[in-house]
Amino acid sequence: MAASAASAGTMVQMQGVHKWYGQLHVLNDINLDVARGERVVICGPSGSGKSTLIRCINRLEEHQQGRLLVDGVELTNDLKNIDTVRREVGMVFQHFNLFPHLTVLENCTLSPMWVRGRPRRDAEDLAMQYLERVRIPEQAAKYPGQLSGGQQQRVAIARSLCMQPNIMLFDEPTSALDPEMISEVLDVMIDLAESGMTMLCVTHEMGFARQVANRVMFMDAGEIIEASPPEAFFNNPQSERTRLFLSQILSH
Amino acid sequence: MAETAPVRVRLGAVAWLRANLFNSWFNTILTLLALFLLARVLPSLLDWGLVHAVWWAADPDVCKEASGACWAMIHEKHRLILFGRYPYEEHWRPLLGLVLLVGMIGVSCNHNAWGLRLAEAWAVALAAWLVLMWGGVAGLTFVPNNLWGGLPLTLILTVIGLAVAFPLSIFLALGRRSRMPVIRILCRVYIELIRGVPLISLLFMASFMLPLFLPAGVGIDEVLRAQAAIILFSAAYLAEAVRGGLQAIPRGQYEAAHALGLSYWQARRKIILPQAITVAIPAIVNIFIGLFKDTSLVAIVSLTDLLLAMRQAIADPLWRRFFIEGYVFIAVIYFIVCFFMSKYSQYLETQFRSEQQH
Repeated sequence: MAASAASAGTMVQMQGVHKWYGQLHVLNDINLDVARGERVVICGPSGSGKSTLIRCINRLEEHQQGRLLVDGVELTNDLKNIDTVRREVGMVFQHFNLFPHLTVLENCTLSPMWVRGRPRRDAEDLAMQYLERVRIPEQAAKYPGQLSGGQQQRVAIARSLCMQPNIMLFDEPTSALDPEMISEVLDVMIDLAESGMTMLCVTHEMGFARQVANRVMFMDAGEIIEASPPEAFFNNPQSERTRLFLSQILSH
Repeated sequence: MAETAPVRVRLGAVAWLRANLFNSWFNTILTLLALFLLARVLPSLLDWGLVHAVWWAADPDVCKEASGACWAMIHEKHRLILFGRYPYEEHWRPLLGLVLLVGMIGVSCNHNAWGLRLAEAWAVALAAWLVLMWGGVAGLTFVPNNLWGGLPLTLILTVIGLAVAFPLSIFLALGRRSRMPVIRILCRVYIELIRGVPLISLLFMASFMLPLFLPAGVGIDEVLRAQAAIILFSAAYLAEAVRGGLQAIPRGQYEAAHALGLSYWQARRKIILPQAITVAIPAIVNIFIGLFKDTSLVAIVSLTDLLLAMRQAIADPLWRRFFIEGYVFIAVIYFIVCFFMSKYSQYLETQFRSEQQH
């Protein structure tokens, strides 16, 4: 639809993207193409700009230089384009960001009803379908505050999926979870990856990266240092910084 | 742990006294001091208010003889106090209006009833109230609104004041946090200007200065002018309370709303404001209570609110000496309404909290 012939297979295109916070250069000449159905895992030390990078893709952050196209739509100050992109891009946050005053079901139906204009019935059927997919349909009537962290994150994933996005962004989805809840969230993400969803995940779960990623990307100081398939990335990292980082996070 | 719980439950009266009133030498002194003061004040207060009070007497001389309060004065003057200068034989109209208002407030207290239906009901009720008070149709004699007074006036100034000021304050609060500099500055200037000025001066300005700016022959109703001043004033204060609520909402809520594709207004209406207003309930009700009492200031632009109606009622030379009873009477009315608002806000808070079970 929105995708032109030139970018038919490319969901995210970043060309020479720069961003600064005051003097701090948080994104430095980012060039990245993500193909339809591709799964990219982004890792790197904190402050390396990896969260900022994926937050630029749905314009939670503005890039200041370069071009950024999502499914053929260029992100500029044009509010229409921003709305179009946000409708097609789902995001899962580190701290879930569920709406505490709405039930699980209402969290999931809100956007389909208000943004897509779906009738309530329809939206609820869809929501239950996705809540089943994240294995939590029995919690539909509860409020987020009554659920565990892992359950909340699975609801957050279902909430995003209810908009039937073409791309899913994950911003450290398991970092705020107690260890015993990490696998239930990762299982859902693996399931999603297997369904062919285009995914960009900022995470340090290297097991997950090995299992589902087409490409693992290492970022440091606002730059993409290295990006390669998981086999090559883990077994034969090209850069010294990547090697150091991997030794730090894999040592324990 | 299993041991301690039953012990606490069995705390007897003596143990309770010791634990709460005499648990330290300082607390003991405070308790004794409080008891001493009560012993000094309470008997004479009861004497005056109950024991030696005159309850029913058509003749003020009976009260003069007695050493206690003259509640007979209230009995004699209650209609003037409650309804002010409204024509005496038409008092059933403000009374009916009062019942209507209180009934609507009662219905509105059920927060499950909030919605478009209730707003429509309010519009109808207010229209009916105005027809009832003004008259001039359906065989009702016309009563100009400078004769309206007492409790109905106080209540309607409050109800309409809140109903208009509250939505206005939400826009002001959002505007104050807007990214658009012109809107942000306008809202800030408005809030700071209004907050920097006493309500009395706003009432004076609305009442005496506004007509100077209007073309000759164009007059705005006096009650309406006072109402406008009250609305403008309370909107500025409410805006700050709402802003406090907005600030309590974590950034993640905005981000999640926008990431889901909700527009600015959809995000505000569905996600941000419901949470922000819940957080701000105590501050908002605080302002509601203040506003209810501040309506008594309209007396300075010669509107007969409850307080002024009472003062006019005791201007009667026969009963003039019993003004304290008059003040006590309306103080009780003010207290009942304010206490109700306070309790209701607590109820609302627990309702919203228990729903989400944090």
